Amino acid sequence: MKLSNMLLASIALAFAAGAGGAQDMTDDMTLVSWGGAYQASQQKAYVEPYLADNPEVSAVWDESSPEAVAKLRAMNEAGNITWDLVDVVASDAIRLCDEGLAMEVDHDEILAPAPDGTPASEDFGDLIVSDCFIPQIVYSTTFGYRSDVEEWGGNEPQDVCAVFDLDTFPGQRALEKRPINNLEWALLCDGVAKEDLYDVLETEEGQQRAFAKLDTIKDQTIWWSAAAEPIQALADGEVVIASTYNGRLFSAIAEQDQPIKMLWDAQVFDLDGWIIPEGLPEDRLARVKDFLNFATDTQRLADQAAYISYGPARASSAPMVGKHADLGIEMAPHMPTNPENAKNTILYNYEWWADYRDDLDAKFQSWLAQG
Amino acid sequence: MSALPPYATPGQRVWFYSFRVICGLIFFFLIAPIMVIIPLSFNAQDFFTFTPEMLALKPEGYSLKHYKDFFTNSDWQAALWNSLRIAPMATLLSVSFGTLAAIGLSQTHVPFRRTIMAILISPMIVPLIISAAGMYFFYSRIGLQGTYLGVVLAHAALGIPFVIITVTATLVGFDRSLTRASASLGADPVRTFFKVQMPLILPGVISGGLFAFITSFDEVVVVLFVGSAGQKTLPWQMFTGLREQISPTILAVATILVTVSILLLATVEILRRRSERLRGMSPG
Amino acid sequence: MADVTDATTARRAPTPDDAARLADSDQSGPMLAADGRPLKQSLQRALRREKLRALMLIAPLLLFVLVTFIAPIADMLFRSVENQIVGNTLPRTVEALADWNDDAEELPPEPVFRALFFDLFLAAEAKAHTRLGSRLNYETTGISSLFRSSGRRMDDVAEPFQDVLEQADPQFGDGAFWYRLMTGEGDADTSLLNDQRERLAALTREGMGGDIGFAPSAEIAALLPRAAREYSAFALFTARIDNDVVAEEDPWESVYVALALDLQDGGAERVQSYAGPGADALQAAAANADQLPVVDFREAFIEVDDGWGDRTNWETMKTYSPPFTSGYFLNSVDLQLTADGVEAREENQRIYVMLFQRTMFMSLVITFSCILLGYPVAWLLANLPMRTANLLMILVLLPFWTSLLVRTSAWKVLLQQQGVINDTLVWLGIVSDGGRLALINNQLGTIIAMTHILLPFMILPLYSVMKTIPPTYLRAAKSLGATNWTAFWRVYFPNSVPGIGAGSILVFILSIGYYITPELVGGTTGVFISNRIAYHISSSLNWGLAAALGTILLAAVLALYWVYDRMVGIDNVKLGG
Repeated sequence: MKLSNMLLASIALAFAAGAGGAQDMTDDMTLVSWGGAYQASQQKAYVEPYLADNPEVSAVWDESSPEAVAKLRAMNEAGNITWDLVDVVASDAIRLCDEGLAMEVDHDEILAPAPDGTPASEDFGDLIVSDCFIPQIVYSTTFGYRSDVEEWGGNEPQDVCAVFDLDTFPGQRALEKRPINNLEWALLCDGVAKEDLYDVLETEEGQQRAFAKLDTIKDQTIWWSAAAEPIQALADGEVVIASTYNGRLFSAIAEQDQPIKMLWDAQVFDLDGWIIPEGLPEDRLARVKDFLNFATDTQRLADQAAYISYGPARASSAPMVGKHADLGIEMAPHMPTNPENAKNTILYNYEWWADYRDDLDAKFQSWLAQG
Repeated sequence: MSALPPYATPGQRVWFYSFRVICGLIFFFLIAPIMVIIPLSFNAQDFFTFTPEMLALKPEGYSLKHYKDFFTNSDWQAALWNSLRIAPMATLLSVSFGTLAAIGLSQTHVPFRRTIMAILISPMIVPLIISAAGMYFFYSRIGLQGTYLGVVLAHAALGIPFVIITVTATLVGFDRSLTRASASLGADPVRTFFKVQMPLILPGVISGGLFAFITSFDEVVVVLFVGSAGQKTLPWQMFTGLREQISPTILAVATILVTVSILLLATVEILRRRSERLRGMSPG
Repeated sequence: MADVTDATTARRAPTPDDAARLADSDQSGPMLAADGRPLKQSLQRALRREKLRALMLIAPLLLFVLVTFIAPIADMLFRSVENQIVGNTLPRTVEALADWNDDAEELPPEPVFRALFFDLFLAAEAKAHTRLGSRLNYETTGISSLFRSSGRRMDDVAEPFQDVLEQADPQFGDGAFWYRLMTGEGDADTSLLNDQRERLAALTREGMGGDIGFAPSAEIAALLPRAAREYSAFALFTARIDNDVVAEEDPWESVYVALALDLQDGGAERVQSYAGPGADALQAAAANADQLPVVDFREAFIEVDDGWGDRTNWETMKTYSPPFTSGYFLNSVDLQLTADGVEAREENQRIYVMLFQRTMFMSLVITFSCILLGYPVAWLLANLPMRTANLLMILVLLPFWTSLLVRTSAWKVLLQQQGVINDTLVWLGIVSDGGRLALINNQLGTIIAMTHILLPFMILPLYSVMKTIPPTYLRAAKSLGATNWTAFWRVYFPNSVPGIGAGSILVFILSIGYYITPELVGGTTGVFISNRIAYHISSSLNWGLAAALGTILLAAVLALYWVYDRMVGIDNVKLGG
């Protein structure tokens, strides 16, 4: 670490001498995101416009968001932060903030106010779940199903419990290979009230109850670990119903024209947004702040919704959501936050899962492995 | 068993042909995935699925759009460029260190030969996930994680066993009196190495280098851990592609790589024949 | 492809070693070399030089591999037992806990809670407490939130003290005053400062050396030991981490608590004779000492979070307080280190032994299928004319060169229920549309895909061994009256066993470490131990457990590697070059 610090220091010195204090912002940014359609929407909605305004700047993408916490820890150990801005889900942001790996920000200071002058902290409101977290979108984990299954005899799933109903809706299902969300859905369909979910799940009996419910569909379930898998499986007809992110379902349905429909019932809301890694040098931090101010303003977040069906995190962006950039269809009805879709939602309990993740993961894996 | 002898019994005949059929099936098993990849890469849809149009061999079921995507998309081009920047450097390192060491190892008296050999071959034996994890933690500590140098060093280490194995194999057939002859004629060791030894073991060195190159060029686990955005290689991009988006561009890339592989394999084969000619063996 | 021969036994010219032995065996007096030295000595020198030259050639690579490869592996092994985080984050608590008898039915005594307050306060400032929380949460569920919520509320515990002190003398609200008070007059207590340097360096893993513009006076340190200690920690943190000037910053609440505890602990009398800077304020505080709240830290902590009243959490902290632990290794074989010693994990949490067994079993099956498929092909290749064989060899090497990821996805396309194979079978009428075969997302999928991927590693060594079996053996056997089968089974097969051994071990070693293919096609029952290692590295962040699992896997591989070396010699691996 000492060696690398020395190296860094000498590089910084050389750089300072070369730059001669002209403008204290670097021209390179490394942005970390998820790849795929989501990253493309970020690229088009605000990275490209920003680069057009600042031709001297170049931006590199790193699709490492799934491993962001692990990699930031490693970078922190090495004292060598190579990322400038990292897109993470809210639970990871909380974790990074707690561990001092993400920088605490004053939202009103670095983010632009809404067009009517509402300060950023009010515009984002409750979605600022951590002092380090700058929300961008609300997404949801929900279900998609094939609309052409002959065995269903014309029935279509109306609520989440269709997933557990093999008699009416036979065929393979795809669920994510982790306990989060699956246990909640299982309990919900086992008759637990929505507000009691986590209280029940905290008890040994509650956990057994959830696993017992999952047992009923276990041999008809394919467990996915990468988000592209459930969509591919739905498109192939390999599964008839699958849990996945609503934006990916939208693109399979609207952009790829696949015979798939959305099931919005009991969708689980989650947030995604930026964090700034702790320990950036001044010049890089200045660039990041400049970019953030632009990229999270009301217009830019509304623009992003033209490329992907995720709800903008600013209240002031919602009325500005328009049509899809290529298809020209209204985007608002496809947002998870649309009142029509959000009749029955589950709120993902970050705090609770931070405690029970390790324990339930071991139980989940053990349950999976018992053939 | 190059041909069936004329005196074979009917039973032998049956066995002879059924054995060939079995072998044919196994060869088919070996190349089946490649036979699937190539047509799918011309899919007009964005999924890894044989569409009814493709099965009916209709032209509208096929398209070159995934190839176009590969050659125009900046992500793919950046990944290709990174792979081309990393693999040759890693190969150069493993070949130069590896050849020297292989020459050293083929000397008659090498203390701890077995142990040294075991250490040098270990990168091939240790499970990749363990190498990747170890390098990830250690390179983080010394500030190499996420750097070009880090990835090059990691890949060079992974390629070394291949160089050692192929070059020592070539040296087995090397006639040592040639170097002595060269020395007795007044050449210094460096000159002897480049003028006498090197040309003779060159085929081994090159094929070792090819192995090392492919190791780096096709490696995904270690680079995922040790690399960062600036070192995103082709396999990494393919991995992201498989995980995050469904795009047969990956298959187009694979088809291109298979074509390149065939060319490389042909090169190895030609080199091998040349080497055997040089060693005075029959080209078979 | 060259024949299998050991490089050392290849045809070679006489060497100094041989000559030395020759000279040695000569009994008739010392033979002399041209320069007049005894020949034996001279030859031995030549031998040494030769050895040295060989080593010089190998040295650069050996060094390279040691640094870029062996050191990382060793580093990983170290992580599997390392557990310094507990001692580094809560040093005084760990010290105080050492005296706590965890067999007794009660909570740790008050001094433990006091130590915990100061440790946790500093840890929360350095944001190190949640990391410790996640570490201990691997062992006992709920500790993660216990630390997270408590870290934020340490200020509440401190508040009553601060109010009383500032009422006694408003100067206590001023950072510059505190700086004067603590700097004092006369000699500085450098050992106290250095202790704090170590404490902060361990906690933050940042350099804490150099001048920070502050040193506690020895007089104050003797008078108010806790306050001097906590203020020094504050000063170091301010100067080194926040990069601020110590004298301009208001001290943390923990410093007020430390001062109050000092005053209650006989400091009120001691400050009466003190005459250095800030004496008036100290004496004013001492006069009001009876107004300082007498806080039961145990109660205060339980009020913050009742998890502190749960003995299980304390037992976990004590069990995992040493700098090294066997806990990760025990976890990786489904055991658990608890206060009562080693225990088996709950039945519904046991996975690793099963995963290791499954990894071994499936690797064996894969190895066996590779032998079954590889043997005929290798035989065919070895017995065809060179040119044809080399062309067919390309069919073997082509998949070997094709990206692993792509081959795995191709198998997905082939094997799934709506995939090519099932479609073909349905079309041929072999299976009904409703009865499509489950070929993927189970063990079968992993076995098929991995057999395909590893088959070249079986064929290549088999082929190189079979090339060396003279065809005349078979002919001789047959001419002596053996049937085809007997000739093969009694003559050819035994000769090819070394090839089977070499290929099997290679395939087995490679397959037990596989990760990407099982992840993509293995479903739930076809995944290997490597998948869990990857999960713990990148998702759960339980690096210690990942390292322990990796170490066990590595040990298995190295044992096989050793066997392989004994059987065939590592330098005899052939790769179709």
